[in-house]
Amino acid sequence: MNFLRNSLSIAGKDLRSELRGKETINASLSFALVILLLFSFAFDPGSDLVRDISGGLLWLVYAFSSALILNRSFARELPNDCLDALLASPVSGAELFFGKSLANFTLLLGVEIVCLPVFGIFYDVRWAQRPGLLFLVLVLGTWVLTVIGTMFSALTVNLRLRELMLPALVYPMIIPAMMGAIQLTTVLVSGQPIGKDNQFWFKVLIGMDIIFTLLGIALADVVLVG
Amino acid sequence: MDAVSVEGVWKYFGDFPALRDVTIRAERGSCLALIGRNGAGKTTLLRILAGLSSPAKGRISVFGGGAREQSTRRKIGYLGHGIGIYDELSAFENLRLFAKLYGVTDAPGRAKTWLERVGLGHVHEGLPREFSRGMRQRLAVARAFLHEPDLMILDEPFTALDDRAIAVLQEILKRAMSDGRTVIMSTHQLREALELATDVALINRGKLAFAGKRSQAMLDDSGWLYRNYGEA
Repeated sequence: MNFLRNSLSIAGKDLRSELRGKETINASLSFALVILLLFSFAFDPGSDLVRDISGGLLWLVYAFSSALILNRSFARELPNDCLDALLASPVSGAELFFGKSLANFTLLLGVEIVCLPVFGIFYDVRWAQRPGLLFLVLVLGTWVLTVIGTMFSALTVNLRLRELMLPALVYPMIIPAMMGAIQLTTVLVSGQPIGKDNQFWFKVLIGMDIIFTLLGIALADVVLVG
Repeated sequence: MDAVSVEGVWKYFGDFPALRDVTIRAERGSCLALIGRNGAGKTTLLRILAGLSSPAKGRISVFGGGAREQSTRRKIGYLGHGIGIYDELSAFENLRLFAKLYGVTDAPGRAKTWLERVGLGHVHEGLPREFSRGMRQRLAVARAFLHEPDLMILDEPFTALDDRAIAVLQEILKRAMSDGRTVIMSTHQLREALELATDVALINRGKLAFAGKRSQAMLDDSGWLYRNYGEA
């Protein structure tokens, strides 16, 4: 209970700070919309090609825009040495990591949901044919992106080149999850049923969600304090 | 029983030894003033005591437990160089957050009480970025000690404080000591610190040069310690 209560306090604090300043969410959302717009010039909207690569397009946009949210996650603790104040409190590294992951997940999922209808309009794709399953894929894929990104955000928080280092470290780690999310999103946006071969990708996503959440919780104290 | 026990602690930054075989004890209810020049290792030692850094060698015991143990940290209040306050949250929201994290039962009530105590009750909904430096520092004092910790660790607490903030801090520290709490602080302001201190430790280039009870000679002449035990 303590774990969840402290994690929710951290998440609430991050979300309240973000909603008051709206720095990260505005930057991430506008960046995502600009990439969607730019990609739309490269492809013929409504074509079979766009439908075939729709999952890839969408998750590339999500991965790029997530870097802005994840970079700020621990960096927002640097002014006034707030990270020291948190680490000196009885909050464990695991609670801090999990709380920050929850806040990042909420922000990123919000950006993704806003981007979906824009994606549908720009690329003439009927994305809402199987909304329930698509939402499930978004949740599973976004959580992997979030937990890995939050962990590396903690690891790179004191680096001067953290804005560059974070994507360089996170993107290779999320490749299997991205493959799964892209494959499943493409199938769902095309209105096809999820076949047995595609169910494998659900297992990959769920497996990575569990493994990286547990790894993050186990390693958070070592990463933050050493 | 000792509140804090530091035995043979070494800490390196790269190859540089920031702390060299430091051994200090602080009794319960005492006030230990850590004195030393810039870069002597005072902050490094305080960060290790607060559980923010690990020693390379040696043992730390705070109330019989490790400094990183959750139950130990509940008993420690740490006021470092930074104020540890979120500029986007109001003064009240900041204190309520830390009261919750320290497991205080009535977090909003405790936050309000401490805002009044440090003279910020009238600006409880104000954002810290709009506060003066003295007000921010008083808010930081409230943030660090609102859970009534048994051990209060303060790093250069009187630096850049106005008269009112110094008075607030001294009142809080005196009351804490009369309640039997332990205080460890590093400082350059020898006069303010020695008025409160029961014990004094001088650190010189990472090594403990002197540790003992505060004497009248120290009070009468603040340069006495450096002349007798510090570097020339």
